[in-house]
Amino acid sequence: MRRHRPEVLRTPVGIVGVTLLTVLVLLAVLAPLLWGDRATATNTGNMLAGPSPEHWAGTDNLGRDILFRTLVATRLSLVLTLVATTLGVGLGLLLGLAPLLLPQRLGRLVVAFVNVLLGFPSLLMVLFLAVILGVSTTSALLAIGIAIAPPFARLVHALGAGVTERDFVAAARIAGVPPARIMVRHVLPNVAEPLVVNATVTASSVLLAFGGLSFLGIGVQAPQYDWGRLMQDGLAIIYDNPLAALAPGIAFVLTGLAFNLTGEAAAGTFGAKSRSRMRWPAPASPRPGTRDDADLAADRDGLVLDVRDLAVTFPGPDGPIPPVRGVSIALRAGEAVGVVGESGSGKSMTALAVAQLVEEPGRVTAERLAFCATDLRSGRRAAHDALLGTSLAVVFQDPMTSLNPVLRVGTQLGEAARRHQGLTRRQASARAADRLRAVHLAEPERRLRQYPHEFSGGMRQRAMIAMGLMGTPRLIVADEPTTALDMTVQRQVLDVLQEVRREHGTALLLISHDVSVVSSVCDRVLVMYAGRIVEDLPSADLHTQARHPYTRALIGAVPDMTTDLDAPLATIAGQPVDPRHVPDGCAFAARCPLVTDRCRQEEPTLQAGPVGAVACWHVDDPIPAETEEVAVG
Amino acid sequence: MRRLLVSLWILVTASFLMIQLVPGDPVRAALGTSAPAELVATRRAQLGLDDSLLDQYLTYVRNLFTGDLGESILTQLSVAETIGQRLLATLSLALPAFVLTFAIAVPVGVAMAVVTRRGRRRRAELTFVGTSIVLASIPEFVVCVALVAVFAVNLGLVPAAGRSGIDSYVLPVLALAIGPAAVLARIVRVEMLAVLDADYIRTARAQRLSALRIHLRHALPNAVTATLTLSGLMLATMVAGTVLVENVFAWPGLGGTIVSSIQSRDYPLVQGAVLVYGAIALTVNTLVDVGIAAIDPRSMIGDS
Repeated sequence: MRRHRPEVLRTPVGIVGVTLLTVLVLLAVLAPLLWGDRATATNTGNMLAGPSPEHWAGTDNLGRDILFRTLVATRLSLVLTLVATTLGVGLGLLLGLAPLLLPQRLGRLVVAFVNVLLGFPSLLMVLFLAVILGVSTTSALLAIGIAIAPPFARLVHALGAGVTERDFVAAARIAGVPPARIMVRHVLPNVAEPLVVNATVTASSVLLAFGGLSFLGIGVQAPQYDWGRLMQDGLAIIYDNPLAALAPGIAFVLTGLAFNLTGEAAAGTFGAKSRSRMRWPAPASPRPGTRDDADLAADRDGLVLDVRDLAVTFPGPDGPIPPVRGVSIALRAGEAVGVVGESGSGKSMTALAVAQLVEEPGRVTAERLAFCATDLRSGRRAAHDALLGTSLAVVFQDPMTSLNPVLRVGTQLGEAARRHQGLTRRQASARAADRLRAVHLAEPERRLRQYPHEFSGGMRQRAMIAMGLMGTPRLIVADEPTTALDMTVQRQVLDVLQEVRREHGTALLLISHDVSVVSSVCDRVLVMYAGRIVEDLPSADLHTQARHPYTRALIGAVPDMTTDLDAPLATIAGQPVDPRHVPDGCAFAARCPLVTDRCRQEEPTLQAGPVGAVACWHVDDPIPAETEEVAVG
Repeated sequence: MRRLLVSLWILVTASFLMIQLVPGDPVRAALGTSAPAELVATRRAQLGLDDSLLDQYLTYVRNLFTGDLGESILTQLSVAETIGQRLLATLSLALPAFVLTFAIAVPVGVAMAVVTRRGRRRRAELTFVGTSIVLASIPEFVVCVALVAVFAVNLGLVPAAGRSGIDSYVLPVLALAIGPAAVLARIVRVEMLAVLDADYIRTARAQRLSALRIHLRHALPNAVTATLTLSGLMLATMVAGTVLVENVFAWPGLGGTIVSSIQSRDYPLVQGAVLVYGAIALTVNTLVDVGIAAIDPRSMIGDS
């Protein structure tokens, strides 16, 4: 796949870099031809002059024009840079590929050698080599070439080793292709791009290194001159004419920039990702207060969580992306509600929105978003910190990454209590130990002094729950709390959650893709699809009373004791909806066995039924036979 | 630890071999073609260059342990003593510059990461990244010359060269710190951005900790761990960078010594200076490894 325009030229940064490089190359070719004579013409009548119309940058101690000398020096400076870079890159390639070609033991020796060399600053190596090779342009060239080889070799080795492990290289090796040929035909083409980028950046440091040597007087020797040499000469007369030193300095900066910008643009680290502008919708007019707010006020008092019409949107290049589109959830004290759905259904985003953890640029809107009768939409976020910090506990999916690796478990458990409940360090620590005991961790005092990596996955998840129990949580939002754990540990963690519910009357919002986990723990199940709740029913009725085709398919996809082990596992055909392109009508239409034209045009809303609520036009239709067969197994 | 020892051994051997590898007679090269043959012979004998290679090597290593780095061919002063004095002057530049680099880079990098997170304030981000690329492209000696031109020659605020009062430190320390600070600030920002998206930061936010505590106590140590490895290389480079800076400011440090002794072919002095520079670089790298282990509990037992 060849792009018609090189990546480098797609960004302003890249264009500037490449343009600068082009100008420099032109200067290197043309300047000595055009101005070579004027750069060496001495004029004892006009020594050490400042800038003037004839000599824009003044003259040096022999009356030579500084500007022309600087321009003419472009050629030598660039040629030396190119030669030294080529030398260094060549050596680096050899050293880097050698370990992959040589017998293992010899290869390891080369790697160790390169590693040792990497420990020394390159300027030191250059000086060392300059001593041995003597003071001359050629020896400086060799010295710099050799000194830049080790870092390049390491990069080549790292990249090459990565490619060598891939299948097609293994295939070539088994086919008897000789190692050298594998390198040239299979490995090098695959690592060429980063190497070229790195070589560009290396060239810029070579330019500076050479300039530095010349500047120190151990690089280019008079009467030849490069920018470094010019700077050294200029420094001696800096009080008479500062431009004498600054003009070649500016040349250095521009050239360095040309290399760096080109390299950066090629590497795509800067500007390349300048995304097309993210678009937000025009601000929607505030919804009028809903009619039933006042009526239900009394009833709502008992609710721990009361969410109506919750929506989360992110800006996207083609308009806003809505992962959650109007979700309503109400939870009473002690109640456990599960949210199930495939990945991408918006269930985790719903959990984050409820916990007030959606970050910019995401936006959360809701007709009502109340926790313990406090409206979370009003006021600054910080104003709710104390309430949320003590009464809302959040447990995340991956216990391995959810605890801070560099802080002791005790510190992490105690800090919220110290902030929100004003406990002292000692009190917080005592409480933390008590909480760890509550989630059945043995030796809590010792555990508190440990770091998360000393905990197993199940222990970490229990520590996370304990963290939530430091206050007196009214609600636990648990986002896939057991997904990353193995079966037995899964059970233990769920049991701890149940215990907390029983003891403190804490409500639980359990997000999971696993229907069996949810139905074993929760009183009620919400099924989400494409950012909406499509069915809401008691978990006891999940297997018998599910009416939405998607819910039925989800249940069918769970293997149980009656599943025929020889038949392929049931899956739901088709792909989940991409939140960027939510279709009109019912979002599930494309995958639904019962789909009709109405489904594709009109979106069904959640309608109360005998045991729950469901959003489907065909709730009572039987699923066609062949699909049913798969679903039942 | 083993790597440090191996590296030190290679350094010692390389610095020993340096004199042997110089083409021709190093003493003749140092004293010039007009020096009388007897003087060259005497000096050769003093340096032990007539002994067998192995004897010379063993003597060299033995002397190292007693702190004897030989004598300068030209001045016949003790190399160890000369280096000792000069090294102090060099470190008095490199260490403040290193501290300044961190003092600039960490707050700037962290602040930029927090401010420009998740594609916010694109303009601030572009300005920051652009500025740091430009600053990083300017070599130390150009920075030096520019600083001298502006602050010493034009404004006359500080001395242009020499080591005298505290104001004579301003320009060289700045010149050493600006480039590395620009590079480091960018790295801190990138590391910090990665850390701020980590799950444990979400946990900290879920606990409703203060923004300050989340950024400084939870995010920063994690970001710095990754940054430290690079800053070690940076300090080593900085010590080497003093060679150029000292040259501009006529600083009586090791860098000036190494350059003038290369030019005058005073090999024992070069040898000693290379040895000391190399040893400093290796020590710094080892110290950084130790520092990382202290900050990140995981690295101590090799669990990542």
